Amino acid sequence: MASLKDLRGRINSVKSTRKITQAMKMVAAAKLRRAQAQAEAARPYAERMETILASLGRTVAGSPTAPRMLVGTGAERVHLLVVVTADRGLAGAFNTNVGRLARARIRALEEAGKVVKVLTVGRKGASFLRRDYASRIVGEITFMGKKRIEFSDAEAVAKRVNTMLENGEFDVCSVVYNRFQSVISQIPTDQRLIPAPMPEAAAAAPGAEAQYEYEPDEEGILATLLPRNLAIQMYRALLESTAGFYGSQMTAMDNATRNAGDMINKLTLNYNRTRQANITRELIEIISGAEAV
Amino acid sequence: MATFLLELVSPERLLLSRQVEMATIPAAEGEMGVLPGHSPMVVTLRGGVISVRENGQEMDKLFIGGGFAEVSPGRVTVLADEATPLAELSRATAEKRIKDAEAAIAEISADDTETKRDAALARLLSARAMLAAAQAA
Repeated sequence: MASLKDLRGRINSVKSTRKITQAMKMVAAAKLRRAQAQAEAARPYAERMETILASLGRTVAGSPTAPRMLVGTGAERVHLLVVVTADRGLAGAFNTNVGRLARARIRALEEAGKVVKVLTVGRKGASFLRRDYASRIVGEITFMGKKRIEFSDAEAVAKRVNTMLENGEFDVCSVVYNRFQSVISQIPTDQRLIPAPMPEAAAAAPGAEAQYEYEPDEEGILATLLPRNLAIQMYRALLESTAGFYGSQMTAMDNATRNAGDMINKLTLNYNRTRQANITRELIEIISGAEAV
Repeated sequence: MATFLLELVSPERLLLSRQVEMATIPAAEGEMGVLPGHSPMVVTLRGGVISVRENGQEMDKLFIGGGFAEVSPGRVTVLADEATPLAELSRATAEKRIKDAEAAIAEISADDTETKRDAALARLLSARAMLAAAQAA
């Protein structure tokens, strides 16, 4: 049985752990709010972009010279997966969930006879996938030490994907990331980027008003619009993932704080019992000593 | 006077969304003044200054680094790659950008695609426009 001194030491150590997890929870909550605001601010651009793209895409999609980014290369052999995770841990199953989905996708694609390439964004995803699929990883990008994700970061990732497309290194590209549903729930999602999926809802909208004049021509606009769109999608994925990360971290730290509280209660009870037992034992010793005289 | 809704959004935020009388936007093929009731258009933009006219006078001037605009009779949506109010521009950043863009052009080799060359050139032009705007402010 542990001595009183041992118990006291353990109680103190759990108490300081609780302090740390509590502080981390607060920090995560503050950062979550900021990340959510940032994701909110990025929404108008993405929405307007989608409507323009939808009306443009319909006019161009049929033509044989449509850009690759819109219609793909025609083949479906090589898949590029962009796996977005956080750079840091201590956020529950956040990174593992994305990793697991990515692994399942890789396995499914390879069983279907496709070639898979992986581009990881975020340190954790890279270290997760390196164990089993190191040979598929073609690049790793991290934003370590960055306070916040900026649009230029997303642009850098998109540019890299774009160069790979131009060099014909893949046919289909999709991004795997945690979609932010709420603070307690992030959904690992697999979203196709190339060929660009046409927004269904917008396509169904009345086409009568979409008699636009284009300057320069449709294809000229598409050639600049599509890379932008890729960057925007990437930006959105990064922001959602960041918000999700802080949400997940907040929940994880909240749980940890609660567990630490329970543990302290248990240890304190144990400590008091032991103390009581010691006193009782000493009393018995004194009394039986006195009786023996 | 009649007005239309002007929206200016950059990837990072919504900068402007209000009724204006006229907007001058730097379209890729020349400056373009938009009044209410303009026929629907989608145009690409080069780097330049977008100016907004309200109540008969110039109210706002913002530098945008390229992007797109969607024009319809009652509404203009400008999707800017980046947007900064003229007053916040700095010459130093503009000059640095010109240098970067020139370096990028110097790196381009003959076998690069045309789109790539165009993109680099557009970047340089946008940086030059930024410097000009910064000097004018």
